[in-house]
Amino acid sequence: MAPLIPSQAELDRRLIVDINPETVSNIPSTDFPGHWPGESHEWSLDKFINSFKVDFHRNEQFESSFSLVGLDASIANAFRRILMAEVPTLAIEFVFVNNNTSVIQDEVLAQRLGLIPLKGSVEGINWMRWFKRPTEDDPESGSSPSDYNTIVLRLEIECTKNPNAAPGEQDPRKLYKNAHVYAKDIVYDPVGRQMDYFTGDNAIQPVNPEILIAKLRPGQKISMEMHCIKGIGADHAKFSPVCTASYRLLPDINIQRPIIGDDAKKFAKCFPRGVIALEPVTAEEAAKKGSGYEGHDGEMKAVVRDAFNDTVSRECLRHEEFQGKVKLGRVRDHFIFNIESSGQFDSDFLFLESVKVLKLKCARWKRGLTDLMR
Amino acid sequence: MPSSVHSQDQDQSMIDAVPSEQQEQQEDVLELEDKRIVIQLPGATETAASFQFEGEGHTLGNALRYAIMKNPQVEFCGYTIPHPSETKMNLRIQTYDTTNAVEVLEKGLDTLMDLCDVVTDKFTTARDAFNASEADKMSS
Repeated sequence: MAPLIPSQAELDRRLIVDINPETVSNIPSTDFPGHWPGESHEWSLDKFINSFKVDFHRNEQFESSFSLVGLDASIANAFRRILMAEVPTLAIEFVFVNNNTSVIQDEVLAQRLGLIPLKGSVEGINWMRWFKRPTEDDPESGSSPSDYNTIVLRLEIECTKNPNAAPGEQDPRKLYKNAHVYAKDIVYDPVGRQMDYFTGDNAIQPVNPEILIAKLRPGQKISMEMHCIKGIGADHAKFSPVCTASYRLLPDINIQRPIIGDDAKKFAKCFPRGVIALEPVTAEEAAKKGSGYEGHDGEMKAVVRDAFNDTVSRECLRHEEFQGKVKLGRVRDHFIFNIESSGQFDSDFLFLESVKVLKLKCARWKRGLTDLMR
Repeated sequence: MPSSVHSQDQDQSMIDAVPSEQQEQQEDVLELEDKRIVIQLPGATETAASFQFEGEGHTLGNALRYAIMKNPQVEFCGYTIPHPSETKMNLRIQTYDTTNAVEVLEKGLDTLMDLCDVVTDKFTTARDAFNASEADKMSS
């Protein structure tokens, strides 16, 4: 059978996920071989290279926003899931409490410590290896703490009275020394070759030095050693390198019949500011028969200026006067990513890491597959 | 979880001594050889087989399903996670007679890896261009 080439209108229809007042339709992707008779849809790397596009909207150190255009949802979702659960970071995992006379219990304190985001030389973190946990069957199978799999932090702090405090002072932070224990009080203790990587600004330290860990009163003391290991968010959320990693599909607003005059103003109010603009009907349009603009020369009409900022609230679908005049949808293959880093890595670097992780996964399984083929 | 019930002898401070070079090399090799074994589930024929991936979920499952379905020689491909508390992912592949299930699976993995390379390339290019244009805006 000769290859069928679908019309542009048909291709446009397939690209949009329809959003109706109460339902969504045209949901699953259909670009698979065999779905549309006579069309190919076979995977082609060249086609992908030509059609795939990245647009940046914002790229700050810890927050970035960009569009990936031309991907399938399964792939975009894989990146998002990997960002949250499978990009490795460093976090406190083992806490050895030598002394803790504060009111906060050992296990609660340990849990709080684990949640502190830690930063340090990216090179060094990449150099570090996994700390293998012992299995239940063989308690000896775990790895022993070494410079290449464990970072040692210490917290030694004691609260004392401040002899120089003003009489009648009420603020405990002035009345006592070390009444508040902050993340900045944690001290990094480099071991072995860690000295080559984690020095100066690259030393392991909390991203936010002002995180309150505990409160003390005179005579109370905390003394502990903490071991940080590399881990992934799937194991514990403290290892997740992102605050949020999400995507949304680009909204699509299609005004099918003219919306003019007061209706146009009301229509614009159904959307966030800047999404719908009002423009005068041109003489040319007014002269054209069947356009719906006849005799409306100079009146204001609603046009879509920037669908990107729409929230797809469907408000416009509730009003009688817009029935049949507008269609809402989302572009199936346009993913607007938003990645907010929790501070260990730059947000754009995180996305590249997630792509790397997916590739690594495939490579590993492929190696395992060769055994099956023999 | 084994992580929380570590034994008493583990509960010790870190020793300063760096482990011997040999011991570390062994660990290096272990990590390099880290590969996962695909299990072929019983009842398979040349062109129709189910595979089990230990330690995988929807992330690889759905992405791989997409990549494999893009192959015109594939009659059917689907994945399932049989039980939510076991980290196992089953992938079902049925192909036409011109190929076999294992080959198709390998091609699917290749497709995904090629795709990742393209995404990395284009992303880096777009980011560098964006950063350059932002820097221009700042300086002008």
